[in-house]
Amino acid sequence: MWLVLLIGVLASVLGLGASSPVAAQDDGDDGDDTAEAAESIGGQLRTRTAEGEDVFAEGVTMIVFDADGNEVGSAVSDAEGRWRVALPGPGVYDVQLDVATLPEEVPLRDEGRDRLEGIDVRAGAAQNTLFPLGEAIESSDNTIRFLQLTVDGIKLGLIIAMCSIGLSLIYGTTGLTNFAHGEMVTFGAITAFIVHVVYPGRIFGIPGTNSLVFAALVTIVLAGALGWALNEFVWKRLRNRGASLIAALVVSIGMAIFIRYIYLFQFEGRARFYRDYQIQEQWDLGIIRLAPKDLFIIAFSTTVLIGVGLALQKTRAGKAMRAVADNRDLAESSGIDVESVIKWVWIAGSALAATGGVLFGLTENINWEMGFRLLLLMFAGVTLGGLGTAYGALFGSLIVGIFIQLIAYPSWFPSDMKNVGALGMLVIILLVRPQGLLGRKERIG
Amino acid sequence: MDWGAILETIFRGLIGEQFVYFGLAAIGLNLHFGFTGLLNFGQAAFMAAGAYGLAIIVTTLAPRINDDEGMFQLNIGEGWMFVIGVFFGVIVFPIVLALLMGIPTLRLRADYLAIVTIAVAEIIRITMRSPRWDWFTGASDGLSGFSRTFYDLSPFDPGGRYFFNLFIGNQFFLVLVGWAVLAVSALICWLIIRSPWGRVLKAIREDEDAARALGKNAYSYKMQALILGGIFGAIGGMLRAIGFSLAQPDNFITDVTFFVWVALILGGAGKVLAPLVGAGILYAVLNGTDAFLREAVANDVISDELLSGTQVGQVRFMLMGLLLALLAAFRPQGIFGNKEEMALDDR
Repeated sequence: MWLVLLIGVLASVLGLGASSPVAAQDDGDDGDDTAEAAESIGGQLRTRTAEGEDVFAEGVTMIVFDADGNEVGSAVSDAEGRWRVALPGPGVYDVQLDVATLPEEVPLRDEGRDRLEGIDVRAGAAQNTLFPLGEAIESSDNTIRFLQLTVDGIKLGLIIAMCSIGLSLIYGTTGLTNFAHGEMVTFGAITAFIVHVVYPGRIFGIPGTNSLVFAALVTIVLAGALGWALNEFVWKRLRNRGASLIAALVVSIGMAIFIRYIYLFQFEGRARFYRDYQIQEQWDLGIIRLAPKDLFIIAFSTTVLIGVGLALQKTRAGKAMRAVADNRDLAESSGIDVESVIKWVWIAGSALAATGGVLFGLTENINWEMGFRLLLLMFAGVTLGGLGTAYGALFGSLIVGIFIQLIAYPSWFPSDMKNVGALGMLVIILLVRPQGLLGRKERIG
Repeated sequence: MDWGAILETIFRGLIGEQFVYFGLAAIGLNLHFGFTGLLNFGQAAFMAAGAYGLAIIVTTLAPRINDDEGMFQLNIGEGWMFVIGVFFGVIVFPIVLALLMGIPTLRLRADYLAIVTIAVAEIIRITMRSPRWDWFTGASDGLSGFSRTFYDLSPFDPGGRYFFNLFIGNQFFLVLVGWAVLAVSALICWLIIRSPWGRVLKAIREDEDAARALGKNAYSYKMQALILGGIFGAIGGMLRAIGFSLAQPDNFITDVTFFVWVALILGGAGKVLAPLVGAGILYAVLNGTDAFLREAVANDVISDELLSGTQVGQVRFMLMGLLLALLAAFRPQGIFGNKEEMALDDR
C-alpha cells in the first residue's frame, strides 16, 4: 500500500516538473529599467586542425528563437566565423544552427547538437554561445592520448564511485541488492534539470537560485528525503514483514522499471543538457586538455569521496555503519541502533547517488535511462571492489571508470562497445576472484 | 469507444502471439527459477539467441556459403538452411550462452547470478547493435528475410481470416505452431519434474548443501537446468522473431526479461502450468489496457495533454514494473503457487 502511495507522490512531483513545456520566461517585470541596453546572442564558429591552425566557418545561418518558439532573428557568420543577433530583451532563447549552410570541411562535432536550448540572457548581456565543430582533435601522440583517456576515466570512475557507495552500503547493512539505485541517479539529474532549466530563477526570487549549484543543492536535499521515505515506507516495512531478500530484490527491480518509465513518460526520450556550463572552451593544461567543468568534477568528487571516507573512518555514525555492514547481529548486540544506521545509510547513499547523477548529467547528458546504464557499471565496480564494503565500492568503481576509457585506447576498439568491456570485466572478476579485491571470501556464501 | 475492438485485443492477448512467445520463455524461466532456484535475469538473452541463431544462419550465412562465385559453394537448399538455423537457434546458441553465464556464477550465491545474467544480456544486446559487425548481425536495424521458409509451410490463405477472425493466415499458422510447441513444452516440463532428475533440481532449490551431501553434483545439475530452460526461452524468442519477420537487438532489452518474470510470478513459480496462465493473463491485461487507452485518446475521452499516443506505449512498461513490485511484495507465490513451497525465498 505504502509502495503505491510513495510512487504516486514521486510521480506527481515529477509530473509537476515536466508537465509544463521546458520553457520558462521572465514575465518582463525586471526588463523595464534596462530596456535601452542591447541584449544579443552571438559567437564564433571555428575549429582547429590537427596542425593547430584555426579554421573559421563562413556563411553559416544562425537562427534565434524565443521561449515560445517564435523566430527572433537570424544572422550569417562572417569570414572569421563571427555572428551576432540582436534580441528584443532579456529572457530565455534557443539558437539553431542551420546545418545545411555549414561548410563541408567543418561538420558539427556531435551530430544533433545543432540547437542550443534555454540560453539565459540577462539584461544588457552580449551572450556568447559555442557550437563545437570539426573532429575532436585526436592527438597523434599516443602518450598524450593515454593520459587524456586516463583522466577521463578517473572522472567517470569518481562519478561511479559516488553513486555506488550507497548501493554497497545498503547491501552491506540490509542485504538488499537494490536494482532501483540507478533510478536515484536519474532522479538527481532530472530534478536538478527541472529546478535549473524548467523553473530557472523563479524560486522565491532569490538571486543565485538559477544557478546549477543551487539546483544541485535542492536536488541533494530532495534525494536524501526520498531515500529516507523509501526506507521508511517500503523497505523497512518489507523487512518487518520478513520478506525474503530475493523477494525484496524483485521488488526493487519492479520499482526501478516503474520509475524509469515514469521518467520516460514525463521527460521524453531525448537527451537534455543543463543550461550552465553547457559548453566550455577547453583549457590547455600543457599536456592534456580539459574543460573547466571536468576539472571541477574531479576536484569536487575527490573532496566528497575523501570526506565520505573520513566520515566512515572517524565519526561515530560512520563507524556504526561499517559495524552494521560487517556483522549486523554483533553490532546490534553491542548497542548500535541498527534501524537508525540503516536510515542514515539510505539518506546519505541516496544523496550521494543523486549528486553523482547531476555530475554525470553535466559530463554527458540527462536522459531517462542514464541511471540504468550507470547501474550496471556500478555493479561492476562494487563487485570488483567487494560487495558490501564501502572502500571496495570506491576502489572498484575507480578501476571500472578508468578501464572503460582506456579500453578505447587501441583505435580499433569500437567506442560503442566500451561498456561491454566493463561488463565483460564483471564476468571475469566473478570467475577469478568472486569476493572482489577487498572482500573476504566468506561473503560469497 | 469501440468496446468490441478492446475485447478482441484482450482475447488476443490471452491466447495470441505474445502469449505463445512469453509463455515459452516463462516455461524456461520456471525451470530456472521455479524448479532449480536460479535467479536468471537474462532470459531476454536466451530469446535473442534463438532469434539470432536462425537469422544469422539463414540471412547472413546462407547467401555467403551458397555463393556460386564465393569461397564456398555448398549449395544447401533454402529448406535445409532453415533447419540448420533452427538447430543453431534452439540448441547451439543457448548452450553456448548458458555456459557463458553459468560458469562464472553458478557456484556463487543467487544475487551474483542475477547481476551477471543481466550483464551478459546487455553485453549481447550491445554487441548485436554495434555497427562493427553490421554485415554479420545487421547492427541496430537487425536481420530480416529468414521467415519465408516457415510461412511457405502454412496451409492457410495469407489473406484470409481465421479463428473468430482474430488472425490472418500467416499469423494463425504461427500461433497454431506456437500452441503445439507450448503444449509439448509443458508436457516435457511435467515429465521432467516427475523424473528423478527433476527431483534433484527441486532438492537443490530447497537445500543445495543437502543435495550435495547426498552426492549430487549441484553445479552440473544447475548448468543442465540453465541450458534446458534457455532452450525453451530460445524457442520463444525464435517464434517472436519469425512473427516480426525481424531479429532486432532492441526487441531483447532487459525489460523483456521482466515481462517473462511477471508472467511466471503471476502464475506461480514452480507449477507446470503457471507460466501459461501467467503469460495469458499478463498479456490480456497489458493489451487490454493498451487498447483501452488508445481508444480513449483517439476518442478524446482522455485529453492529449494528459496522455499522448506515444505515452500509451510506455504505460505497459509502468504497469509491468508495478505488477512485478506488488506481486513480489504481497503475493510472491502468485495465483496458483503454494506459499510453503514457493515464495521467492532465499536459496
